[in-house]
Amino acid sequence: MTDTLAEHADSHLTKGETLIEMSGVGKSYGAIRALRGINMTVNAGEVTCVLGDNGAGKSTLIKIMSGLHPHNEGKMLVDGQEASFSSPREALDHGIATVYQDLAVVPLMEVWRNFFLGSELTVGKYPLAKLKVKEMKQIADDELRKMGIVVKDINQPIGTLSGGQRQCVAIARAVYFGARVLILDEPTAALGVKQSGVVLKYVAAARDAGLGVVFITHNPHHAYLVGDHFVILKLGSAVLDGTRGEVSLDQLTAQMAGGDELAELSHELKR
Amino acid sequence: MSQSVQAAPATVPSEPSNRVKLGMSNRILARPEVGALVAAIIIFIFFMAAAPAFRSAESFFTVLYQASTIGIVAVAVGLLMIGGEFDLSAGVIVTTAGLVNSMFCWYLGVNLWIGAILSLVFCLAIGFLNGYLVMRTGIPSFLITLGTFFVLQGANLGVTKLVTNQVSSTDISQIDGFDSLANVFAFNIKVGGVTIWGTVIYWILFVALAAWILTRTRTGNWIYAVGGAPDSARAVGVPLFKTKIGLFMSVSFLGWFVGMHILYRFNTLQAGNGVGNEFLYIIAAVVGGTLLTGGFGNAWGVAIGAFIFGMTSLGIVYAGWDPNWFKAFLGVMLLLAVLVNLYVKRLSTTRKVG
Repeated sequence: MTDTLAEHADSHLTKGETLIEMSGVGKSYGAIRALRGINMTVNAGEVTCVLGDNGAGKSTLIKIMSGLHPHNEGKMLVDGQEASFSSPREALDHGIATVYQDLAVVPLMEVWRNFFLGSELTVGKYPLAKLKVKEMKQIADDELRKMGIVVKDINQPIGTLSGGQRQCVAIARAVYFGARVLILDEPTAALGVKQSGVVLKYVAAARDAGLGVVFITHNPHHAYLVGDHFVILKLGSAVLDGTRGEVSLDQLTAQMAGGDELAELSHELKR
Repeated sequence: MSQSVQAAPATVPSEPSNRVKLGMSNRILARPEVGALVAAIIIFIFFMAAAPAFRSAESFFTVLYQASTIGIVAVAVGLLMIGGEFDLSAGVIVTTAGLVNSMFCWYLGVNLWIGAILSLVFCLAIGFLNGYLVMRTGIPSFLITLGTFFVLQGANLGVTKLVTNQVSSTDISQIDGFDSLANVFAFNIKVGGVTIWGTVIYWILFVALAAWILTRTRTGNWIYAVGGAPDSARAVGVPLFKTKIGLFMSVSFLGWFVGMHILYRFNTLQAGNGVGNEFLYIIAAVVGGTLLTGGFGNAWGVAIGAFIFGMTSLGIVYAGWDPNWFKAFLGVMLLLAVLVNLYVKRLSTTRKVG
């Protein structure tokens, strides 16, 4: 599995190189300010974990990086150049791929079509361009096998795979198409313990292959297993920002469990 | 760090035994057009037995002609529905296309080819507008195209009355270009006493083209993707806007094509025609296995759906029954098709892997 990741990962990446740098980034939807003053860096070969409760601004943050919604405050530098993406295609062209929890794949389409969706292999000029069906099936099957996913039939609709397998196909696809930054939106949220483990292994493997990984999650335990850098968001701004050395699992857990609010609440409810 | 995951690299599973080919029956059943094919065969046998007039080659090709006039637009409507959208204006745009061509050329006395091209541009613009409004506003295409449907229906009658003072277009057979256009859009060939209309040939060509695009090109991949899960498709870089607008424009293009056929076959057009045909297109697509919610279906299924329409609409007449029953029959077919579709969708999305 690591071999495949390393094989397709950009060989120019050096560990620790800054891929995305955000300074003072914010986003308002009309009168609502969903995110403000975010400073964050994504480095090659490191996992940056973004944690936060529902509505904390996690989704807004990844939507800015993945090109679904452009930011309207602050600066975002990608490879040292200021950038603002207006479509996911643009972000993909910069090597930023996002795997969403709920919108990773098209359930009714075959596994191999999903694997190549948006980056199909074709032969011939545009109006007559033909898909290289055989080749695509072969590559998709080989890549998935190398990563430990065996599907009964590469022609089966991807909706027939389990949730964990679907996530893994989506991650494998992003890496295969040369992602340099991999953004994972709560990849373990809907999964069981065993399947979460499988996904976390891919996260680690992607990191070892030199990719910059942004790992969004609710779960501090999952984050602490793989993370190098932790950012906790609350009501649109960062309340905690530290490297692995500076933050302990207990701190993460306490912050995620409600932290200060919980203390306040227990005070109020004191009997 | 992360000693816990260092041992990650999984062993390459060497379990080819886990790879099974799905049973033949299972694979065939999961194809969208199977239900329609079975229904078509049953209906064919039924009318062969019940209506003696149905049994000649002549009437078979009349059925094909009837099917082709619906089937050509239905192919595009089928693609659009696979792409997850509706077009209710597809029925009247056929009449609009003919009327624009006919009245523009009659009023100004110019060559009919100019009017035909103008009409094409006009239809493509309507298709673009439909698609643009749907994508820009996020309002369901059902409502947007219901709007254009009524606008076109009213404008067809209103403008025709203004220009010609009656509710049908005028005789254009003496205007330059009529014969050459008729040779392109409304030709027929006689083979041993049997008349084969050109639209049947065009229909087969369009169906084959659509089938090829759907399964063998990148565009086809995108059509399935934008219908099945638009947000996922957009997130991996599929151009959602372009794909859907293109689909709306292909509906209006084929609507124009059939409009040209009707104009150059009959020479004059009733301005109120075409209303209600949009439902026939949708029925042909659904009977052919297209999912109403998008993302599933194929072009051959839609063609079979149109063929069923052709067989029943004429078969009832050949059998000497009251043709009013035709609509009731179509309704039953639609309900059955929806039930079969639901079953097929379940079959193809249930988990087969542990």
